[in-house]
Formats: sequence, C-alpha cells, structure tokens
Amino acid sequence: MPRLADLLLLLVMLTSFVVLGTTRLSTCIRAVAFQGLLLGMLPLALYPNGELHTWGLAVGTMAVKAVILPRFLSWAIREAAVRREVEPRVGYALSLLLGVVAVAAAFAISTGLPLPERTREMLVPAALATVIIGLFVLITRSKALVQVVGYLMLENGVYLFGLTHVERVPFLVEAGVLLDVFVGVFIMGIVVFHINREFDSLDSARLTELTDR
Amino acid sequence: MSRSALVGLALLLGVAPLLSGIAARTKARLTGRRGAPLLQLYWDLARLRRKGVVYSRTTTWVFRLAPIVLVATAALAACLVPLDGRRALVSFSGDFVAFAYLLALGRFFLVLAALDTGSSFEGMGASREVTVAAFAEPALFLAFIALVLATGSLSLGGALGAPLTQAWPTAVPALAMVTASLFLVLLAEGSRVPVDDPATHLELTMIHEVMVLDHSGPDFALILYGGALKLALFGALLVGAVVPRAGLAPGLGLAVLVLGLLGVAVLVGIVESVTARLRLSRVPQFLTAASALAALAVILLLVR
Amino acid sequence: MILLALIAVPALAAVGAYAHRAAEWRAPWLVLGALLHVVLVALAWGSSTGRVFGGWLALDALGLIVLSTVSLLFAVVASYAVGYLRRESPRGGRAFVSCLLAFLAAASLVALSHHFVLLWVGLEATTLAVAPLIFHRHDRRSLEAVWKYLVLSSVGIALALLGVFFLATAQAGAPAGRPLVLADLLRDAARLHPAWLKAAFIFLLVGFGTKMGLAPMHTWKPDAYGEAPGLVGGLMAGALTSCAFLAVARSTQVAVAAGIGPFIQPLLVAFGLLSLVVAAAFLIGQTDLKRLLAYSSVEHMGLSALGLGLGAAGTYGAVLHMINNAFVKGLLFLAVGNVLLHPEAGRPPTLSGVLSRAPVSGLLLLIGLFAVTGSPPFGTFLSEFAILSAAFQGGHYWIAATVLALLAVIFVGLAARILDVVHGPSPRSGEKARESPWLIAGPLLLALAVLVLGVFIPRALFEALSAAARALGGRAP
Repeated sequence: MPRLADLLLLLVMLTSFVVLGTTRLSTCIRAVAFQGLLLGMLPLALYPNGELHTWGLAVGTMAVKAVILPRFLSWAIREAAVRREVEPRVGYALSLLLGVVAVAAAFAISTGLPLPERTREMLVPAALATVIIGLFVLITRSKALVQVVGYLMLENGVYLFGLTHVERVPFLVEAGVLLDVFVGVFIMGIVVFHINREFDSLDSARLTELTDR
Repeated sequence: MSRSALVGLALLLGVAPLLSGIAARTKARLTGRRGAPLLQLYWDLARLRRKGVVYSRTTTWVFRLAPIVLVATAALAACLVPLDGRRALVSFSGDFVAFAYLLALGRFFLVLAALDTGSSFEGMGASREVTVAAFAEPALFLAFIALVLATGSLSLGGALGAPLTQAWPTAVPALAMVTASLFLVLLAEGSRVPVDDPATHLELTMIHEVMVLDHSGPDFALILYGGALKLALFGALLVGAVVPRAGLAPGLGLAVLVLGLLGVAVLVGIVESVTARLRLSRVPQFLTAASALAALAVILLLVR
Repeated sequence: MILLALIAVPALAAVGAYAHRAAEWRAPWLVLGALLHVVLVALAWGSSTGRVFGGWLALDALGLIVLSTVSLLFAVVASYAVGYLRRESPRGGRAFVSCLLAFLAAASLVALSHHFVLLWVGLEATTLAVAPLIFHRHDRRSLEAVWKYLVLSSVGIALALLGVFFLATAQAGAPAGRPLVLADLLRDAARLHPAWLKAAFIFLLVGFGTKMGLAPMHTWKPDAYGEAPGLVGGLMAGALTSCAFLAVARSTQVAVAAGIGPFIQPLLVAFGLLSLVVAAAFLIGQTDLKRLLAYSSVEHMGLSALGLGLGAAGTYGAVLHMINNAFVKGLLFLAVGNVLLHPEAGRPPTLSGVLSRAPVSGLLLLIGLFAVTGSPPFGTFLSEFAILSAAFQGGHYWIAATVLALLAVIFVGLAARILDVVHGPSPRSGEKARESPWLIAGPLLLALAVLVLGVFIPRALFEALSAAARALGGRAP
C-alpha cells in the first residue's frame, strides 16, 4: 500500500508545519507525539507483509517517540511551571514560509540525487524536509523545551531516511538508535528541568554567563 | 451559453443571503441558544431597502459608487465559476486571475469609500481589511495554481469541471490540502471567525464591519448583499473543488451545489462556535498557514 | 573474547560502582576497572583478536592505537581521581565514578566497532556519559555549559547518523556486502555510489567534527571544558576527541579507498586551517586557564584534520598527533585541576605565582606548556613536524607557511598566560600547598610518556602507526 505510506509522509510534513506555526508549547509537544505515531505506522505501511522485525520497529518507535518522550516533556512543562508560549526569534508566518522553502528544497535535492530504485518517492524528500525544519526550529526557538522538540524532529527526519534501509540494516541497529534518542532526550529533559529551577525560565537565550572575556 | 449555468447563477444570487443565516443558526444551536431566524438577512436587506440614505458632506461619488461596484464585481466573478459543475458562463485561459482581481476590485472600491469618509475609524478598518486581503491573495493563487497543475486546465471552468473528476483519484493528498487552504481563505474573505467576527460591535476588534460603518440604507443593503455573495462564491469554489459534478445531470449538479453551500455554511458555523477569534497580529500567521498548505500541494503536484 | 571483555569490563564496573553505595569503595571500583582495561588492552597487543558478530567488532591498527591511548589516559585519570575524590566529592561521587566508567566502556566500543552504526552508537554514548560529569556541580554555569554541549553535540551526532544512512545508500550498488561493515565497505569501495558517498562524507565530517571540536562547530568546547572539573576536562580533551578523531578517520578511510580523496582532502584541510585560525584568534588574551586549553584543543584537532587532509606522511603525523594530544591535554588539565584544587594558590582571575606555592603542579604546567606548543624534546614536535613536512612535500607551501605562522601566534598566546600563572608574583605570601602524591603521579607519568614519544617510538607502535597511515591512504615518513 504505497498510497497509505505517501499519505502518512504527507501528514508527517504537515505536523512539522504545525510545530512551525503554533504558539503553544503543548501543541508543539502534541504535534511531535503525533509525528512519532505516524513514524511508527510507516514501517508497516512501507513493508506490508509485516515480519516480526517490522512490527518490532513499529511498536518500539511508537512507544518511545509517541508515548514516553512526549509524556516526559509534558511532565517537564508541568513540573517546571513554564510559560506556555513558544516565543520564537523568527516570526511564525516567516517560519511557515521558510518551512515551505525547506520542503521545496528537499524535493529539489532528492530529485537531483540518484536514488536506488526500491526507495519510495516521497520518503527521501520527506526525510530531508523534516531534518531541515527540525534544525530550523532548533536554531530559531530560544526556549529550551522547544529546542528539544526541534531536536526530536531532526531525529525523526534521520529516522525517516533510515527507513529506506529497513530491509538491509538489521534490527539491533535501529534499536540502538531508538535507545540513543530516548536517553538523549531524557538527559536533555532533566537539564531543562534544572535550567528552569535555576534561572526561573526555560529561555536558553538567558544562558549567557560563559563568554570569552 | 447553457441554461443550467444561468439557472446556477440565479440560484447563487438567491441563496447567498441564506448562508450567513445558517451559519448564525448553527452557532446558536451549538451554544445552546435558539438564534435568529434563518432568513434574517433577507428581512434586513428588505428593511434597509426601504430606508433613506445619509451621506456625509465629506464624501464624494466614490462613496456612492462603491456598493454597486462591490455587488457587480462579485456577480461578474460568479460568471467565471462553473456553478453547474460543467462549464462557466464565461470562460477563458487564465480566468482565475480575473476572478481574484474582480473580487479585489470590489474590495478596492470599498476601501476607497472608507477612506473617502475621512474618518480615522473607517481608515483603520480599511487598512486591516487590506492587510488580511494581502495575506489571503497568495493562498488563493497558490490554490488555483495547484488546481491548474492537477487538471492541466488553465481556466476555472476547466479546472473545476470535467478534468477535476479524473484528477481526484490520482492526487488525493494534494487536492485535500488545496481544499483545506480554500476553506481557510473562505473564512478570511468572508470575514468570519477566526479572522474577523461578523457579530462583534467592539470597535477595536472589527475589521470588515468598521470599514462600512458610514454606509446606510440601500447602500448598506448592497454591501451586506455583496459580502454574502462573496461568501457564497467561495463556497461554490469549495463545493466545486470537493465534489466534481461533471458526470451528474445538470439539475442534480445544481441541487448538489445548493446542498454543498448549505453544508459549507454549517461548517462555518461550527468553526465559529469552536474557535475563538485570533488576535489581529496572528491573522497573517493563519493565512500564511493557508498559503503553506497550498504551496505544499503545488510542490506535491510538481514532483508527481 | 577480549574484544567483548574490553567493553563489558568497564560497563560492569560502572554498574557495580553505582550499585555499591559505600563511599569508600568508589575509588577502588574506578581503579579496578581502569587497570583491568589496561591489562586487556595489553593482551590485545600481544594476540590476534579476531572478529566478533560478523565483523561488527574488530581491532585494526588504527582502533588499537586509539584504544590504547584512551585506556592509558583513563588509567592515569583514575589514579588522579583517587586523590580528587578525597578533596572534592561531587554529590557523593557515586554517579561521577559510574559515569567515568561508562565513558570508558563507550570509548572502547567506538575504538572496536567496525560497523558505522555501532560506531555512531558508541560516540553518542560517550556524549551522554560525559554530560553528567560536566554538570556535577549543579550550578548555573555548569548548567549552561552542559546545555550547550548537549545541544551542539546531539545535533552533530544526528547529522552524522544521516551521513551513516547516506553511506548505506551509497553501498546499495554493492548488495553482496554486509551493510555498513567497514571491511565490506573497503572491499566494495570501487562500487560505492560517488555522489552519495560525497554527501555521506560531508555529513560525517560535520557531525563527527562537531564532537572533535573542529571550528566552526567548536563553540561548546570552551564552555564545557571551562566548567568541567580538571580530570573530566582531561578526559574530554584527550579521550573523547580521540574517539571523534577515529570516527572521522574511519570516514576518511572509506572515502580514500573509494577514490574520492581529491574531493574530501581539501575539505579536511579547510576545516583544519579554520580551526587553527579560530584557536589562534581566541587564545590571545584569554585569561581563564581551562578555556585557554579548550582553544588549544581546537588547535590540535585542527592539526590532526590537516594531517588527514594532506595525505602521505601527514596521516602518520595525524595519528601520532592524536596520541600526543591526548597525553598532553591530560597532563595540562590535571595540572590545572591541581592548581584550582588548592585555594591557597589563589582564584582563577588573579591566579599567579603557582611555582612558589605548589611547585610540582607549577612545574607540570610548565612542561605541559612546552609539550603542547610542540617544542623539540616532546612527541608533539615529531607529529607536528610530520604534518608540516607532508605539506612541504606535497607542494602546499602556503599551507605550511600559514600553519607555521599560526603556531607561532598560538605559542605566544599560551605562553603569555601560562608563564604568568606559573612565574608571576604571588598575590599573597603564605604557606605552601600540600600536594597529594595521587594528584601528582598521574600527570608526571603523562609528561614522561610525551617525552618518550618525542625521543623514541617503540617498534610495535611504529608498525601500528604505519599500518594506520596506510589504511588512511598515506604512508610512514
């Protein structure tokens, strides 16, 4: 069912746009959780004659990216009692426009790169677009928690590209990747929690004590 | 010139004032009120028709001309849309540009009239209206471009006509995004929540209403009617994009159009009752999202 | 067996140190883990180790060199930590010791992995193991440092993963090979898709280069090194960068084998030169000792990248330089840590006259200064010389000239501050600091090691270095 896969990929890109356009922290987290859910469904849609491997990947991805990490981030928001706005350095409208540019660039790049035949048409551009938008969020949002969301999107994009190799690269590898993302974001979350307690704000723009004098 | 297209135009002109009534009723029902009669806008129009007109001494002919231009341009634009789902009354290559700029012309005159009053109040409304329009226009054009790409037809009559029936099965995601984008544009162009609030009477939050505050009597009736017609027009675009009716009998096609318009009105009512009006500074963001959707659809159709 | 044990022993020790709550057992766990690791590495030198998991884990010359460097440096740091934990016990030291050992396990994984994803997992694990070590003081400054470190290196590592996937795509033309296994990549090098391989190398270089601290991705370095305790700084500047260097070297290895050397070498040279320029610019006038060392680390990583990029004898120099850099940075960070551990010697901004207060630490700083700037009797001189001569022999005279000029500037910048700290007037007359032997033995050993490397390179090491240089498309001088 390649059509279903394309639809899922499209939704993945749209959720990226939700993160770019939303003003609320909680929407950001919900969007990235939804993206994780979509990512979990993708292996099943791409490789429908589901072997155990595919199912394991799907379940693992959903558990980590759609449930555990978003829950943890929401916990951090609640516990740290942060302000619920995103407070970007680049305006929302401009972010959305640049997001469109990113998608266009991703499609342009991936039509230029010679792909192995087996790869689905939309997978590579969607992956590149998600990577670029994730990086963009990471750079232009000053709130630490949103930066974590951006990082998650970046990882999601990398994961999407990794899906082109599900058949060739063994399961252990993907498990390792998932685990790394999990632990990475977990540690980031804990640091975020401390940042808030120390600075009374999650704004990483306030982290300016360390400079070259 | 086909008869069904003419009948379609007549239907659109007749049904237009009903839509805002339905939207208001839906909203009332959802919020637990009984609401105004469905035909309220017809009564209002009739009442205004009977009243006299007051013109401020500062106004000129522009002020008097504007309401007529508004209705005339909207009606002309309606001729470009294939209302029966087969062909439009007037159709030529690139007529979607004409469609957009006919509506823009009507708005332009309305804005001039607002400035003509010399009141800073109307001027503020006009500037807001233009801001919204400026952000809505790219979204509309991108949606049109997507339709053109999907159908390969350079006119609205074609793009919303027979070729669309073949385009839908091959490009579901892109056309769905176009539809969503068109709906957002409809909310903005029709001055509905979350962009504008037709029910508000708080000066600071009004956009469209404040701009036409000085019009009275039959002039105001024309403006109300023009606004309703514009909403109906965008509704017809939306129905045309979602339900390709080229295969249906002309009568059935028109029935679907009317039903579709009523459906759009209900949808608008639902949106109005579940969302709050956006802060003015967030409106560009909202419309950029509409543009982004349409642009994504264009990209998808380009790489197909 | 040895290969698995090299990873498992420190990992188990990390778990043990965490599970064992008794405070007096922390240091023994650490030293035990470190010593066992050194013994295992020595065994690995002596015997052929074979491969595990279908070629995923293996030990070649390059890996062995990195592994030994990391292991020796870690042993020294562990012995230093015995003294350190007596003086300052960051939050009980339980997580501290555990993270140190976890770092050793992750670094061993990096050195042993011959599979690119495994390599990536290992590097990410080193990143995560080090983060709590920087953050051990739980104050604002360390918080800021650890945040910058985490964000930048996580982004770097994510881009590197994308590079790894690109590499897998490039390999699609050689479906017989096991995906991403180094041996098979090298065997099928000619059939790798060049465009994807180039894209892969760029991402790998940027990603792993971030961990190495190449400019312009170096910005986390001064903050993280500045806030981490001395021994953690030494470990990061010595061992972590060596692991990252290995990752870049592995990417280079594949690229050179596939014949895209002319494409990647200018990239490496450019990153190397830029790092030297940035280091020189920021070293001048820097007052904070640890930040000074951080920029020096940027410089040395730049030199290593330069060596890789110049090819020929440059690769030999690059690998040798990595060893030297690890030992010298360990020495300097431990010495600076010593100085800062003695409140009698004054606080950082006014730090001065260390030689009269804490003579041994002062002396170590002085030795470190000459070693780090590549002065003759030390190993760094040899490796920098090898890199420079590669530039001359390759006809890149302007590169050589630029590097020489920048090295001179860096020498002045480092010497100005360190000589000031060591020799300057003492702000307060007072009692001499008591320098614990635990805190001195390690750095002295490192100083000795750098000196030995400058005078005499053992035959086994020379052969390993030559083999590594050949693997990287170069040769021994």
